[in-house]
Amino acid sequence: MEYAKMNIAELSALLRNREVSAKELAADALQAIAETDGNIGAYLTVAEEEAYRQAAAADEMLANGTAGALTGIPFAMKDNICTKGVRTTCASKMLENWYPVYDACVTERLKAAGAVMLGKTNMDEFAMGSSTENSALQITHNPASAAHVPGGSSGGSAAAVAADECAFAIGSDTGGSIRQPASFCGVVGMKPTYGTVSRYGLVAYASSFDQIGPLTKNVADNAAVLEAISCHDRRDSTSLPQFDTAYSSLIGKDLNGMRIGLPKEYFGEGIHPTVAKLVRDAAQQLEKAGAVLEECTLPAVSYALPAYYVLCCAEASSNLARFDGIRYGYRAQGVEDLDQLYRKTRTEGFGREVRRRILLGNYVLSAGYYDAYYKKAQQARTLLIRAFADLFGKYDMLLTPVAPTPAYKIGEKSSDPMQMALGDICTVPVNLGGLPAISVPCGTAEEDGANLPVGFQLIGPAFSEAKLYQAAYAYESANK
Amino acid sequence: MAKYESVIGLEVHIELRTKTKIFCDCPADHGGDPNTRCCPVCMGMPGTLPVLNKQVVDFAARAGMMLNCEIAHFSKMDRKNYFYPDLPKAYQISQLDHPLCEHGYIDINVNGEEKRIGITRIHIEEDAGKLVHMENGSGADCNRCGVPLIEIVSEPDIRTAAQAKAYLERLRELVRWVGVSDCQMEAGSMRCDVNLSIRPVGDSNLYTRSEIKNLNSLKHICAAIDAEKARQIDETEAGRELVQETRRYDPEKDRTYTMRVKENANDYRYFPDPDLVPIILTDEDHARLRAMIPDLPEERLEKYINEYKLPESTAKTLCDEPKLANVYQAAAEQVQQPKLLANLMLADAAAAEIPAGVWAELTNLCAANKINRSAPAKLLEAYRESGKEIAVLVTELGLEQVQDTGMLNTIADEVLAANPKAVADYKAGKEAAIKALMGQVMKRTKGTANPQEATAVLKEKLAKL
Repeated sequence: MEYAKMNIAELSALLRNREVSAKELAADALQAIAETDGNIGAYLTVAEEEAYRQAAAADEMLANGTAGALTGIPFAMKDNICTKGVRTTCASKMLENWYPVYDACVTERLKAAGAVMLGKTNMDEFAMGSSTENSALQITHNPASAAHVPGGSSGGSAAAVAADECAFAIGSDTGGSIRQPASFCGVVGMKPTYGTVSRYGLVAYASSFDQIGPLTKNVADNAAVLEAISCHDRRDSTSLPQFDTAYSSLIGKDLNGMRIGLPKEYFGEGIHPTVAKLVRDAAQQLEKAGAVLEECTLPAVSYALPAYYVLCCAEASSNLARFDGIRYGYRAQGVEDLDQLYRKTRTEGFGREVRRRILLGNYVLSAGYYDAYYKKAQQARTLLIRAFADLFGKYDMLLTPVAPTPAYKIGEKSSDPMQMALGDICTVPVNLGGLPAISVPCGTAEEDGANLPVGFQLIGPAFSEAKLYQAAYAYESANK
Repeated sequence: MAKYESVIGLEVHIELRTKTKIFCDCPADHGGDPNTRCCPVCMGMPGTLPVLNKQVVDFAARAGMMLNCEIAHFSKMDRKNYFYPDLPKAYQISQLDHPLCEHGYIDINVNGEEKRIGITRIHIEEDAGKLVHMENGSGADCNRCGVPLIEIVSEPDIRTAAQAKAYLERLRELVRWVGVSDCQMEAGSMRCDVNLSIRPVGDSNLYTRSEIKNLNSLKHICAAIDAEKARQIDETEAGRELVQETRRYDPEKDRTYTMRVKENANDYRYFPDPDLVPIILTDEDHARLRAMIPDLPEERLEKYINEYKLPESTAKTLCDEPKLANVYQAAAEQVQQPKLLANLMLADAAAAEIPAGVWAELTNLCAANKINRSAPAKLLEAYRESGKEIAVLVTELGLEQVQDTGMLNTIADEVLAANPKAVADYKAGKEAAIKALMGQVMKRTKGTANPQEATAVLKEKLAKL
């Protein structure tokens, strides 16, 4: 396990200098998983055979000079992203034994780059949740404290990176599902601009919000992974046709004159004092690094949470309708007619939170309620997008907490969906706006006798990833 | 009976003949073993996404233009949610509030009476698969999933079965004519639902209607209309209130039966499909598509007879097959001799498969005596095999007409010398013997001699003998 703690840049240098082979790295990482993951529970599937196959391909690329930044680097994939021939469960009983017949665009991109997939990570069922406790298959523990949740829904991916069970991981973010677990586990997580990473092969939760992104040990690694997975894809109609993918291009450049806004709504009631303090400390560090910080206001953010829950549940109710027990996945036994087959399959196959969101979604789309809920929520979304656009006229980016609190205890909030939903207040507005945002570790809070990581969030206008990485890197290097 | 009239609106589904399906690259045509013409996308596998086939939009807009519709500049796709085993995503991607085409009409003529039937809207959507029932259970065949459809909704302007029939016949003719579907009711590429209510003659209100679904022939549609009208009159006369419902028609018993009443109807929970972007048609798109709309079939027939001077039977043969007519029309605009063009095309069994430009070139070469009338058949055969340009093939096959008198003189001398019997016959007054000699000239020139020129040379030489 001598390589497990290393980041992508370090591993890549060793591979290029032939100090280690991709196969050796894979073996080392698989050993780390074998020794550590029993206490963490990050992985749902360890794909040993697949990993060695990809490592052999990577070694060939290294030998024939076609290797890139990710060639031979071991990584973990969230289990809602399709991997041909490797079980893809969405942490649901519904898909517990589902093997996709095709690769997601992101899977193809990473294979082509020579990255080595170690396995598939745990998550909240169908990405619905913020603690990974909604997984129907297993519990994941926060590597910083086994009694605490890793966050969610990409909790397995964040925990795998934090526990040194992979060099990087891929997650998906619908309302904070990359950034919040990154914050809880103390790793870097980026939710890119909507449309810059293909959703083809990402099992849909809420199509107009879902976006795939990287979780890494540091900022530079994160930019390198995003460069590898971001592209136009004709199979995704919402994939943008043209944009700059040189995400690392501003890393190391100074922040002189960069304008950063601190929207006061994000620092108000409900924010844990230590979280608020750590984020404000980070603001001071950025100021020292040359940025100009200013308090600002974003009142429209108060619409974000209700609008988000109406729209994402509406989309989810339709997206998850295909799990009907007819063609694949779980099918209930002992039914007498088609109607019973549907009811029983979906009642038994889905967990409580998924059923709750499907019901909510169907309710808001029902005849007579559409205008009051769905349409109203779309209008709120438009208002919020405009409010963000106004702020980005004045600021290059906004600085906020990622989550109101550090990680909470396993079981602490799982019986209270309202409390759980309020935890998404800082991350959800970004998804409504289709904006990029990064979560960067900025210290720990002592809670219940554990030192729990806390992150800050930088939110930028569409396509500002390079600038977000620039600022995040400046902070990271000042605090090494 | 005469004191009631029917108020009828028709919903017609037509399959568009695009090469591929509406949201993926699978072939859209019929046939194939079950589940052999589908992929993860049209089977709605988790994680897959639809991508709209632009040709579907073009075809639907062209149908709309042919049916006098206004074509939207902004249109979008919506999800219609319902569960059924032949619908893999459990929603159909269709259009709710921004259909591609609106406000069209069709003019019909029944027994000399002209009538305009309004078209409310035409929208695009995907077809579902179909269930196959077997001895040991049922199976879902996804081959038809994602085949592109247009749904054409008429205004409630139709009053009789005869008008419904005339409307459907004209609709079928026009959609076939514009070349976007074959509209075969028997094969299921055109399907019709009937909405019908009755009212006292002279009343202009609309009353409770029923919808008769799954009618698959004109005969059944007409019979169902009459049967349903009679049923509604009977119910009304008997003082029973009609309910809004979906019914089916049983041709054996010649009556309609309840399928489901409105209270049990689905709430489809329509909403805009977040996986697809709006359909934007610019003014340039409109102009491009407008340029592809042919004249009406009857206008074309008249033009061919009066302007191109084609015999009526030839003109009708051309206009009978929309694809052939379109190729002919495009070629005719590039030639001086449309009649020669028609003759060449009708001599070929698969003329519609050859591009108009090729037909125009062949016609112009014949007309200018660059090739003989026997040459096009050879050239077409070679063209179908090689796809090479006609000009290249003329040279390669040596089909250029020989007009060189010097060369014809030499060949004529050889032919006369080699055929003393024919020469003697001709001299003896048998003028037909010159045909045998011409045959020999053609044989020696491989059919490329200019016939007039060669006959003249032979006659001149024979006269001197």
